[in-house]
Amino acid sequence: MSFVNLNDNNLQKRLSREFRFKVYCIMAMTFALGFVLFLFTSIFSTGYSAFYKTMIPIEISLSSVVSDSNSFALMTNEEINDLSIYSLSKKNIYNLFPNITDRKEKKEILKIFSYEFEDEIKNFLKDNKENINDINIIYLTASDDIDQLHKGNFPRDIPEKRRRLSDLQLSFYDELILENKIETEFNFPFFTRGDSREPELAGIGGALAGSFFTIIVVLILSLPFGLLAAIYLQEFAPQNKFTDFIEININNLAAVPSIVFGLLGLGILLNTFGMPRSTALVGGVTLSLMTLPTIIIATRAALRAVPPSIREAALAVGATRMQAVMHHVVPVAMPGSLTGAIIGIAQALGETAPLLLIGMVAFVVDVPSTPVDPSASLPVQIYLWAESAERGFVEKTSATIMMLLGLLIILNLTAVIIRRKFETKW
Amino acid sequence: MNETKIITNNVNVYYGEKQALHNVSMNMQANEVTALIGPSGCGKSTFIRCLNRMNDVIDTCKVEGTITIDGYDIYSKETSVEKLRERVGMVFQKPNPFPKSIYENVAYGPKIHGIANNKNELDEIVENSLKQAAIFDEVKDRLHEPGTALSGGQQQRLCIARAISVNPDIILMDEPCSALDPIATARIEELMEELKKDYTIVIVTHSMQQAARVSTKTGFFHMGNLVEVDKTEVIFSNPSNKKTQDYITGRFG
Ligand SMILES: Nc1ncnc2c1ncn2[C@@H]1O[C@H](COP(=O)(O)OP(=O)(O)OP(=O)(O)O)[C@@H](O)[C@H]1O
Ligand SMILES: [Mg+2]
Repeated sequence: MSFVNLNDNNLQKRLSREFRFKVYCIMAMTFALGFVLFLFTSIFSTGYSAFYKTMIPIEISLSSVVSDSNSFALMTNEEINDLSIYSLSKKNIYNLFPNITDRKEKKEILKIFSYEFEDEIKNFLKDNKENINDINIIYLTASDDIDQLHKGNFPRDIPEKRRRLSDLQLSFYDELILENKIETEFNFPFFTRGDSREPELAGIGGALAGSFFTIIVVLILSLPFGLLAAIYLQEFAPQNKFTDFIEININNLAAVPSIVFGLLGLGILLNTFGMPRSTALVGGVTLSLMTLPTIIIATRAALRAVPPSIREAALAVGATRMQAVMHHVVPVAMPGSLTGAIIGIAQALGETAPLLLIGMVAFVVDVPSTPVDPSASLPVQIYLWAESAERGFVEKTSATIMMLLGLLIILNLTAVIIRRKFETKW
Repeated sequence: MNETKIITNNVNVYYGEKQALHNVSMNMQANEVTALIGPSGCGKSTFIRCLNRMNDVIDTCKVEGTITIDGYDIYSKETSVEKLRERVGMVFQKPNPFPKSIYENVAYGPKIHGIANNKNELDEIVENSLKQAAIFDEVKDRLHEPGTALSGGQQQRLCIARAISVNPDIILMDEPCSALDPIATARIEELMEELKKDYTIVIVTHSMQQAARVSTKTGFFHMGNLVEVDKTEVIFSNPSNKKTQDYITGRFG
């Protein structure tokens, strides 16, 4: 007998089979990785431009509204809001292109700005009450079309009829570029503002707050109930038909399509209990039903993995069953259980279908400040914007997906860290 | 002879339909080591687990007959299993320290029973228990390191320290040396010699030599029956039952 029999047919067959298997595995992995990479690049390349916005500085003189520019320091915010500066603002904007005199053409000048310019000017006055001069430079948000043109998302070399920007507006843009009057800045309002019909003004602040409140409700409801139910079922409940029945149903619950939970929320929470529509509270309660079985199943698995010898050790020194479970079993199971909870929360964060049914799909301009205010959520915001045709919403859709993915990645990383850090080492 | 500590009378144990022990009646004396021997699956663990009611944990397990400790029926309605287990400690076949510090392992029992009034008393109990279990010198500098990081033999002595930390009367040991090397085994046997001055010890073992070395009395189990129980010398030199004879001479088991 020899250990170097290279002509052993059987061995060679086994080895080449192993080699082929490895090749298949690597191919599968590359395919999966390539797919993820493709997805991320395509989202990132359309979405990143939403994180900055185009601004145009204009000079505004306020002498026609107040005789002394220092008087703003004495005005309250309400008083500034009540000022009528619309026509003054328009006049100052027209001054950007002094040689345009035609009324119709003047209107075109206004169109290169976001229609909320009056509010932006008032906000500037409110923020800088103490330092208002006779002539002030104020940066105004450019309209979505100019914004997209500047970001290079609109082709210019097509006939005027098929463009959203007229030849005149393009010439305004070129002139501003020459005068160095087109600037970009970080799109901070994107994170704080609610939804809007105008892409340049729309933000995910409302969706973020809605998702936040929804998740808080989900946590408050599903974490304690899930943990207690799992601990009871795994550690205390007698093994009988009834507990088997409960177990099967919890597993079934985890497999129910999410839209069914939406119907349940609609039928019971909204119609029977009359809870407020479109709110994070109802969304959270509905999603809790989905998260609950995930948490229960993960926690039970974690508890089951704790060696029974630990329970016996505690019981044998005279601990009650509850002491054995709470002092020794649960701490060991906690990392696994929390990991499950975080995965459940991540699912809830990305869930859309049930929220559509309970009305969290409404167009909400105001950022919700409590869980009972009407609100959207991140995935629903994506759904809403993905339906809009404007190029500005296309980039915002991708940017929102980036935010959502970022949050999910953070959640999953937390789960990994918890597991690594707190797992009991035997 | 010492006073009788444990009396079992016609104990029958069932796992569901299956009967694991048949009419076991046996006495165990205070301050003695009683050894239980027999082939695998004959019911030694089942029997020893009746003595601190660890079988209560198993849903399907049913115990009949009477078991008294100091004349008190431990299966009576008024018995609290927690109090019983405080007085009847147990050491398992596989060392099973809690995944906590060495100190926590030993302090846990006294803590839940409220035995120590303050931190100093607790420290003292931990130290004494570790000393009695002959492991103190090895771990005194790392009391706050995890108990699970010790070697197998050290872990088993830690478990013994944990069992004696609540000051029991009786210590049950189910094959405490089966996972240990001869040196660690010898240390634990020495320890038993020491411990029996203060405690009543019941030990299950697969090693005939160990039974012969440490015990005063030996019981031989076979297929759920207590075949013979007598002074250890008698069992090993002059057993009255043919099966015992065959087992100790290695003809089966
Ligand atoms: N939890 C249980 N459920 C059902 N049957 C059991 C259970 N534990 C033990 N048995 C059965 O009871 C009988 C006695 O088991 P026991 O564990 O007492 O044997 P043992 O003498 O300790 O054996 P070993 O020396 O191998 O540890 C065996 O037939 C075993 O299959
Ligand atoms: Mg056994």
